[in-house]
Amino acid sequence: MRKKQPMASSTSSVITLKINGEKYTLPVDHRTTLLDALRERLDLTGTKKGCDQGQCGACTVLLDGRRSVACLQLAVAAEGREITTIEGVADGDRLHPVQQAFLDLDGFQCGYCTPGQICSAIGMIEEHAAGWPSAVTEDVRPEAGPPPLTAEEIRERMSGNLCRCAAYVSIVDAVARAAEARPDEGHAHSATGAEEAVA
Amino acid sequence: MREFDYQRAHDVAGAVALLGADPDTRYLGGGTNLVDLMKTGVERPARLVDIRELPLDEIGTTPEGGLRIGATVTNGGLAAHPEVRRRYPALAQAVLAGASGQLRNMATVGGNLLQRTRCGYFTDVTQPCNKRVPGSGCPAIQGEHHNHAILGASDHCVAVHPSDMAVALTAFDAVVRFETADGPGQVPLADFYLPVGDTPHRETALPPGALITGVTLPPAPVAARSRYRKVRERASYAFAIGSLAAALDVRDGVVRDARLALGAVASRPWRAVAAERVLTGAPATAETYAAAADAELAAARPLPHNGYKVDLVRNLVVAVLTELAEETAR
Repeated sequence: MRKKQPMASSTSSVITLKINGEKYTLPVDHRTTLLDALRERLDLTGTKKGCDQGQCGACTVLLDGRRSVACLQLAVAAEGREITTIEGVADGDRLHPVQQAFLDLDGFQCGYCTPGQICSAIGMIEEHAAGWPSAVTEDVRPEAGPPPLTAEEIRERMSGNLCRCAAYVSIVDAVARAAEARPDEGHAHSATGAEEAVA
Repeated sequence: MREFDYQRAHDVAGAVALLGADPDTRYLGGGTNLVDLMKTGVERPARLVDIRELPLDEIGTTPEGGLRIGATVTNGGLAAHPEVRRRYPALAQAVLAGASGQLRNMATVGGNLLQRTRCGYFTDVTQPCNKRVPGSGCPAIQGEHHNHAILGASDHCVAVHPSDMAVALTAFDAVVRFETADGPGQVPLADFYLPVGDTPHRETALPPGALITGVTLPPAPVAARSRYRKVRERASYAFAIGSLAAALDVRDGVVRDARLALGAVASRPWRAVAAERVLTGAPATAETYAAAADAELAAARPLPHNGYKVDLVRNLVVAVLTELAEETAR
């Protein structure tokens, strides 16, 4: 930690961001959000700017594996964290299962919100696999076990991502299919959750 | 946005020393509220002390059987924690009812307690607001106030506190722990938020420069059967227009213990002490629940456009207590 004695105030820093496994070193004005650093400084324009105030989810990225909105994350405060953007979710030419499901089931129309939807869905499926309840989970007590990932659960868990084309019906289908394809998830809930989720 | 210095703290004492009670410096947690307010100019700090890396991200049990929740635990982590869900399910439900998955993964417990009202006049720097600019006036009283307070407001401010989490914490007698340059301190959440009076800009009892280090929940067996219900203008991802955290212990048809706190009705989470008094020892019936709600709402002073909240809260109390009593009977 820097010493506490008065020091010349600095409004910019040289930072190193770890994005999709690669390190990027750049000077930033402290006011720069992670979203603007990605798009305007590092040419990683897959992450989209919608509302720029944390309400639409278009800028969703994964920070240390957890979905977060890049518009309310200061770039300087993201130093030291593992940042994953839409550019980093595929395995080379092999799409991430969530990406593939969005393609196969038309989980988009114009596509602007799609990177955020996909990053959010990736994070959400991990949260669900870890047993996290949601606001529509009937019984949140751990003894009740993880709730099946029904369409209602998916809609609630994805409510931080808006789609002005209203492709929601297909988005829910795509998320359900991708969740079903997850190794630990498919067999655990195939009887109760996935069929209901795509119904 | 005003330019600002940024420093990252790695231990609690260092964070407090860095801030140094400087009124132009803010602690930065998840930033979901502070960064948003900085963008709109409501907050204009000259310096941020980033506390996200402080070792305050644990949830542990206390020897008495309560929980100690660190200040930098995320909302997402809090709602997912097995002991929170087991011992205080209404707290997990309250956190899950707030914001979105993304914001819950960023937002911290300490920041949640200190988040600012979403009153449209407070967040619009072109408008007067006694909370933002003391003495400038409160346009909400004559203006847009259908989401504003019905309890404990004043002629100076009618804004409501936006937190869901704090409502459940209030029902379960949480205590806020903090650190200052002079050492640690603590304050019950019931006394944490100051009455509005003529000083709506003074929101909490925290000493200047204090850093919230965590929240302690005392053991509360009654909380194992508890519920948070939130009413809002859409099904998800919206602030409450009324909410209730409640726990109920019914034996042989009589209420033995009850905890009630209301959200989105006042400048702070509103512990329904008058309602609890009516409930305790009374027969567990809908009539009792309605009488309890009425006792609490006797002090309500609705504005022209938010009178609906009185009925809403009354119905919430009756509905949630009825459900809890039915669960007890099962």
